[in-house]
Amino acid sequence: MNFDPRYSGRNFTSVGTRPIRPDGVDKVTGRARYGADFNMAGQLVGRVLRSPHAHATIRKIDTSKAEKLPGVKAVITAADLPDLTDGDAAMYDILDNCMARKKALYDGHAVAAVAAVDARTARQALKLIEVDYEVLPHVTDVDEAMKHSAPVLNDTIFTEGVEEKPARPSNVTTRTQYGHGDIHKGFGQADYVVERSFKTEQTHQGYIEPHACVANVSSDGTADLWVCTQGHFVYRQHCAQLLGMEASKLRVTSSEIGGGFGGKTHVWAEPVALALSRKAGRPVKLVMTRDEVFRASGPTSATSIDVRIGASKDGTITAAEATLRYSCGPYAGMWAEIGAMTAFACYRLENVKTVGYEVLVNRPKTAAYRAPSAPMAAFAVESTVDELAKEIGIDPVEFRIRNAAQEGTRSSYGPVYGPIGIGPTLEAAKNHPHMKAPLGKNQGRGMACGFWFNFGGQTCTDLNIGMDGSVSLAVGTVDVGGSRASLSLVAAEELGIAYEQVKAVVADTSSLGYNDMTDGSRGTFSSSMATISAARNAIKILRERAAQTWDIPVEDVVWEKGHAIAKGEKYGNLAALSLREIAAASGKTGGPIAGHSELVADGAGVSFATHICDIEVDPETGATRVLRYTVVQDAGKAVHPTYVEGQYQGGAAQGIGWALNEEYIYGKDGRLQNPGFLDYRIPVCSDLPMIDTQILEIPNPNHPYGVRGVGETSIVPPLAAIANAVSNAAGVRMTHIPMSPPRILAAIEAERGG
Amino acid sequence: MAGVAVSTTINGDSIEYLCQPDETLLDVLRDRLGLTGAKEGCGTGDCGACSIILDDRLVCSCLVLGAEAEGRRVETIEGMAHGDTLHPLQQKFLEHAALQCGICTPGFLIAAKDLLAKNPDPTEEEIRFGLAGNLCRCTGYDKIVRAVQDAANVMKGA
Repeated sequence: MNFDPRYSGRNFTSVGTRPIRPDGVDKVTGRARYGADFNMAGQLVGRVLRSPHAHATIRKIDTSKAEKLPGVKAVITAADLPDLTDGDAAMYDILDNCMARKKALYDGHAVAAVAAVDARTARQALKLIEVDYEVLPHVTDVDEAMKHSAPVLNDTIFTEGVEEKPARPSNVTTRTQYGHGDIHKGFGQADYVVERSFKTEQTHQGYIEPHACVANVSSDGTADLWVCTQGHFVYRQHCAQLLGMEASKLRVTSSEIGGGFGGKTHVWAEPVALALSRKAGRPVKLVMTRDEVFRASGPTSATSIDVRIGASKDGTITAAEATLRYSCGPYAGMWAEIGAMTAFACYRLENVKTVGYEVLVNRPKTAAYRAPSAPMAAFAVESTVDELAKEIGIDPVEFRIRNAAQEGTRSSYGPVYGPIGIGPTLEAAKNHPHMKAPLGKNQGRGMACGFWFNFGGQTCTDLNIGMDGSVSLAVGTVDVGGSRASLSLVAAEELGIAYEQVKAVVADTSSLGYNDMTDGSRGTFSSSMATISAARNAIKILRERAAQTWDIPVEDVVWEKGHAIAKGEKYGNLAALSLREIAAASGKTGGPIAGHSELVADGAGVSFATHICDIEVDPETGATRVLRYTVVQDAGKAVHPTYVEGQYQGGAAQGIGWALNEEYIYGKDGRLQNPGFLDYRIPVCSDLPMIDTQILEIPNPNHPYGVRGVGETSIVPPLAAIANAVSNAAGVRMTHIPMSPPRILAAIEAERGG
Repeated sequence: MAGVAVSTTINGDSIEYLCQPDETLLDVLRDRLGLTGAKEGCGTGDCGACSIILDDRLVCSCLVLGAEAEGRRVETIEGMAHGDTLHPLQQKFLEHAALQCGICTPGFLIAAKDLLAKNPDPTEEEIRFGLAGNLCRCTGYDKIVRAVQDAANVMKGA
């Protein structure tokens, strides 16, 4: 359709305002329907039996007693989900994670499931399923798993990305390497070199809504799935493939979603619910408990990272190197690779090398968590950068400004940057009043930078104009935090009409073309691009209808402020036609007016942020308090600034929890010891101060309005910014996240004791 | 298993239901009465998403049995607005964008209503500790606190 996505400067009318979101009233009155809020007549309750062992061969599963329990309508095991993946290794891993086939690979791994008339019967049935396990040695720590002596999780895996195929299988699935220049030369030029090692523990996205779905498979081979997901089209594709269905026969409707942060981009329970429904011949509702959410969904990687950076006396970095080891659970991912790509992305480096190792462990399959892999790499790098600045005797902000990437810089992961915001966010941080505020005793200030790629992807949008002139916008990117408001603003902007005249909905998979998931901060970026494109297509038709009404050439009709206007003095007596007027006459001028758009939203502008925080440390207990927190981030163009601020604040809060408190704690038996919100403690209201935000707008050249994704970058700097603040307050470098009171106290005591 | 017959008042209406002795009030509200505004985030009283007011006391409905509602007054999110007029807290949550995904919102609104009923003029710290039993993973709480402050001001003036 000849859509030109390039940025063109304009004065905005709707974009940049802060109206109330269209789904707001339903959400404050309890009417909004989330995953678990939907029911079907005759539905059964599904429950999943999970392995209590971290690593065990499944010798035999006897479901006969459970099947005989009155009220039980279906019991399934891996045998009911036959392998239809046809050599697709990634899909096989998804299948095996949904239902263990030969081995249980972590505490919480699904091994069987039941559907029964009520929850009580379903729970009883689970107890009647007999699983004969042969318990195997396990490993849950990323460094331990890399040792030669470690139990090997999968003996078909030989490390990829090394020159020669290793002689024996190991838990290291892949070695990846990024960089350019010659680091040996670079370190040779350095006057100062700092080398440090870091660890970060595994965290969970912590969405408040557990995974929930209702599956209804009909005997004619069609099916419906209601589910909380970040990507219903992807869920459809994966579920259809795993169950041997045609995708078009499975209609997936995304419910309102109660948080995802990357964790609802992967199928877990949905293929199981569909298989149960298929077997039982009835709808099945499957809702995870919180314990299951922690044990079997989510988490991010645990990491172990070494960083070495060298600089000359004048504060120029001459070489930078990092080795990054990321756990991925029992299935290969690309988490270490992403860490290796993002580690030094903020800097202009002549000599840089990063190596990532992807490591299997007996923990749940690693899932994306908001800018996945980047926060840990940033923690290690930005901590080392602070140490190096201190060695040289330069202010840490100044040191970063001196070495910041800029337009034309070749990034550490390859591409050359266009216009970017790292320099401006650093300058804004340097000039922020927060930087100059006085600090008290036992208080420290830290700052750090962060980078995220952002993603565009496949996007399809329909814009339909009603006969009354109101506009229905159907998008395929799930709204995880206000995007229906921002996309309505964009439609209103492009059409030149009021925000209230537009109603945006998230369409189901049978009503719209394929859309990638809401991930990679793409929701507003990509769907706004598709909305602009769809609106422009609609405007073309609106102009044609006006031209037809006036009986003049369409080339003489322009669209301005929601009206068709006949251009030129010869049409002086033609009154402009409003969108409403054209829509009202549409039945007589050629029928409904709509604009469609199908595109791949290339050119997601990269995103940078700088965070500043003040922390007070109690030297007697190691307890911390966040005193002040400031986020500076480039949004490209903030479509709905209040929700942009919300993304900045939310990412910072998650980062604060990760930095100070949150971690998966495994016992020696390989079992997760804290699968609940009491013992896995995410920040509460009284843990945090107000989180100040500053939105910078450096237009993305590849979006008509200059929009960049904003959702993820805000979680990248906090681990490092807080580590730098705690280190400054405590007088000792913190190298292990989370910096829980016992870890801080141990570090202080080690420093005191010498 | 025989059901327990319960007569109670929910959002001002007399309601009767049968429930199992081990069934939580949250399950009764959601599964028997169709009041799905209260959410189950944890089932252990740690997240506050199922907050309701039971005889003027803020509770997690996942920790109350359905049978315990006998003869008592239950207030849920569904009863917070008056007809089509939103409660000031609901209005201020919208204006401040104090919700992103919105799953915790009903619980926060109920907890905030309870807080302001007991302390109409809370300090920021009192709001933060008053709402510390409710988890939000999206907002960082900033806009929630501001919305409650703003609503308190409106309600004082009313």
